Amino acid sequence: MTHFILGDLTWAALPHAWYTIGATGTIFVGGIVVMAVITYYKKWKWLWKEWFTSTDPKKIGIMYIVMASVMLFRGGLDAMMIWLQQSISVGNAPGYLGAPSGYLDASHFQQIFTSHGDIMVFFVTMGFFFGLMNLIVPLQIGARDLAFPFLNSLGFWLYVAGAVFINMFFVIGGEFAASGWLSLPPLSEIMYSPGTGVDYWIWSLQLSGLGSLLGGINFIVTIIKMRVKGMTLMKMPLFTWTSLCSMALVVAAFPVLTITTLLLWYDRFFGMHFFTTTAGGNPMLYVNLIWMWGHPEVYILVIPAFGIFSEIVATFSGKKIFGYVSMVCAVICITLLSFMVWLHHFFTMGAGADVDAFFGIMTGIIAIPTAVQIFNWIATMFRGRIRFTTPMMYFMGFVSLFTFGGMAGVLLSIPGADFELHNSLFLVAHFHTMIVSAALFGIFAGITYWFPKIMGFKLNEKIGRRAFWLWIVGFFVSFTPLYILGFMGATRRLDYYATATGYQPFFITAGIGVCIIAAGVLMQVWQVVVSVRERKDNMDTTGDPWDGRTLEWATSSPVPFYDFAKKPEADSRDAFWEMKKRGEWPRATARTEYEDIELSKNTGMAIYLSGFFFLFSFGAVWHIIWLMALGFVGCIACVIIRSFDDDTEYVIPAAEVEKMETLAWKK
Amino acid sequence: MEKMNETNATAAQAAQADRHAFGFWVYLMTDLVIFGVLFAVYYVLKASTFGGPSSNDLFSLSTALTNTIVLLTSSFTCGLATLAARSKKLNQTIAWLAVTFMLGATFLTLELSEFSRFMSAGASWQRSAFLSAFFTLVGTHGLHIAVGLLWIAVAIVQLKVKGLTPSVVSKLDRFTLFWHFLDIVWIFIFTTVYLMGIM
Amino acid sequence: MKASLKSYITGFVLSLVLTLGAAWLVSAYISSGSSSRAMFTPDMLIGILLALAIVQLFVQLIFFMHLADESGPRWKLGALVSAVGIILIVVVGSIWIMNHLNYNMMASPADMNTYIQSQDGF
Repeated sequence: MTHFILGDLTWAALPHAWYTIGATGTIFVGGIVVMAVITYYKKWKWLWKEWFTSTDPKKIGIMYIVMASVMLFRGGLDAMMIWLQQSISVGNAPGYLGAPSGYLDASHFQQIFTSHGDIMVFFVTMGFFFGLMNLIVPLQIGARDLAFPFLNSLGFWLYVAGAVFINMFFVIGGEFAASGWLSLPPLSEIMYSPGTGVDYWIWSLQLSGLGSLLGGINFIVTIIKMRVKGMTLMKMPLFTWTSLCSMALVVAAFPVLTITTLLLWYDRFFGMHFFTTTAGGNPMLYVNLIWMWGHPEVYILVIPAFGIFSEIVATFSGKKIFGYVSMVCAVICITLLSFMVWLHHFFTMGAGADVDAFFGIMTGIIAIPTAVQIFNWIATMFRGRIRFTTPMMYFMGFVSLFTFGGMAGVLLSIPGADFELHNSLFLVAHFHTMIVSAALFGIFAGITYWFPKIMGFKLNEKIGRRAFWLWIVGFFVSFTPLYILGFMGATRRLDYYATATGYQPFFITAGIGVCIIAAGVLMQVWQVVVSVRERKDNMDTTGDPWDGRTLEWATSSPVPFYDFAKKPEADSRDAFWEMKKRGEWPRATARTEYEDIELSKNTGMAIYLSGFFFLFSFGAVWHIIWLMALGFVGCIACVIIRSFDDDTEYVIPAAEVEKMETLAWKK
Repeated sequence: MEKMNETNATAAQAAQADRHAFGFWVYLMTDLVIFGVLFAVYYVLKASTFGGPSSNDLFSLSTALTNTIVLLTSSFTCGLATLAARSKKLNQTIAWLAVTFMLGATFLTLELSEFSRFMSAGASWQRSAFLSAFFTLVGTHGLHIAVGLLWIAVAIVQLKVKGLTPSVVSKLDRFTLFWHFLDIVWIFIFTTVYLMGIM
Repeated sequence: MKASLKSYITGFVLSLVLTLGAAWLVSAYISSGSSSRAMFTPDMLIGILLALAIVQLFVQLIFFMHLADESGPRWKLGALVSAVGIILIVVVGSIWIMNHLNYNMMASPADMNTYIQSQDGF
């Protein structure tokens, strides 16, 4: 009977190790503090009505960014723990906190690098990009909302559910997957990972993966069907183009992830034999399938950054982007090619020379459109009037770092070289260089660039630039040693090594870099604090603080919840720039004819749906069948109830719009 | 099918219906990729019988053919329901949907009895990679059919309660896309799993 | 083809013919056994069956799903072609890669099991 009610849950699932107790304590204390603050300021209703149930992409975008920032700290903490272990666990070094060497035993160390990778990929970079796209894409195409506002909210809450779920093991379970960020079998099969760690991994990815998929569908339909009159595809801003391409990749690749991890769960839960080592299973099939998702995924992470940088380079060089058509072609080529290179992640698995050669060549080819983009950006700067603002600094850092890391990638694309460097620290340095320089710097640059539009005031420039320098110097100091270590033969994921290898000085140098990066992060936090304090001095009163070129700047700052009082018309690229040239901006508010605006109502249904899926996932991990049934039925019930709801929109009469617009511009 | 709602709807409503239809189509494409992966897994693993029963031992042409005809007919009757909805014939729409439901339920019953036959012959999904792949591919399709049956039930209720409003008709459009899509996937299951499996 | 009784009946009849045809071919192939009087080689039959399936795919796309009737730019067609392209990459790529991997790396499942058991793990 107990087993029916509790599944595999036992008292042992509660925290009893120093780190699970510590983390659970932090979560509870932090949670109580946050709830106390909200209660004290009586903001519960406000939170629910204004934020949680909102279908406004601007609100959802901000929530994504807040959540992704929290997860950035979580993933960064993992990184520091990894570095610390690798710096001290050498030779005859003593062991602390019960570990044989260093302070983490092998299993714990493996769980940390697993969660570091998953959190950074799924919850930090994807969260930030979904946030920025929600905030900016509708504005760039002259839309008031996404195509499916409810699905937008649902995608966000599934993301939150996934983020909570990936941290659940601290409180109940005690162990996360220790099988690497992709949990390759046979290690991730039930025979070799009998605990609940891998199941937590699988279901947090199912939760957030569904959210990503829904977001992908939403943005594709929005960009294709909701562009303002006159904006043909070849007149769209480049950030919108890259969002479209990235979401096309999401829609194509995430089903592969969903199915592959589900098949792994079928092996574990139903005793099936897809990837087992007996009964005909084939673990290599998992590696093949997961990288079929995995490679497009890394392009999903960098393609939006390319778009952000295109906007920034054009704006801060005072010139239109050089070679718009070739930029679009390059992004489309990268999108298509990213589906044809996945085997380079497992050259060494044994497919043979002919297969390896094909994929090596394809991987080399994909460097070409990337290079086209870099040359176009530099050509945009040429003879421009360059302003070295913080976003532009991040671009400069990106261009140099990305080229450097990209060359490492081209080296790795040669199968013969890869046989030496596969799974070494050279590889680790390469992919961190790519993701940090493109995705992370792109996110920082984009947030700084669009901050005044969303919040109504600029971020502090001086502190921003200091943070940038700390980040780029810190990154070089922490990852150059890793490139060298890779050539010296150091493999990835080492939790202990002999003194004779000579690795330790490099790890310690890397540690200095980690501290510099940490200082950079603190500087960014300080930047936000100071900027909020000084916001009255840095208000954006014109809506166009940077002399921008695209339509998102044709609104007041912060953007009113209905985006545009009257939908703009676009008949060229850089539509806003052309408007300014023709003297159509700033608009006199009096002459505009206002119209009724229809917007999507708030709804809590997305939260309930995500909650039921969360319950289903929890039941799946702990084999609590009744909970799985409850979650499943609950999800279906929510969908059916929602489908009966015809009253999902409300109208703002034109007179109200006029009042709000007059007020916004008076400020 | 795109033109169904335009006669009575304003341009905005028509645009919204178009977005809903296109968005659902994009979702169907992701579902197609899911089946594509399951097909790929099946093709890779179908020889891995681990000494257990193979496709030649288990599959029956008559069962598979019967299933195929039943599902194809249900796709046809679903189309007839669409036509009835376009012609604003509420009762006919509900009637054809009910027939589609019955055919779909027949399909599912036949499939489940085929599965239970396999299980009692010792060919469960735990027996070998081939059987895991078979049960998952065909079972996932069956699960989609089950969702479709639930959808028909909800659609009939909505038709009875609200009638043929543009919103209900738009949802019906999406259902018929879903149902036709499932028959298209079944063409390939019938051909590559059953027909090629008994050769 | 535009949604009408004619389109659905045409689609239904064509699909029926294609389905029954494919089934008849397979049944004839089986009953003729492996004798030299077998009508096709296995590969030829597989090719024909796939061709019949693809024709039926087109029939159902055109007559049941009215893919040809999309007004304006052909976004649905584009999405479908993209999805089919990805599936071809997934299926053909997986078969190609896994065949190579299996040839180079996999002993038979029975041998593999014996090896694992003797080595006490993978």
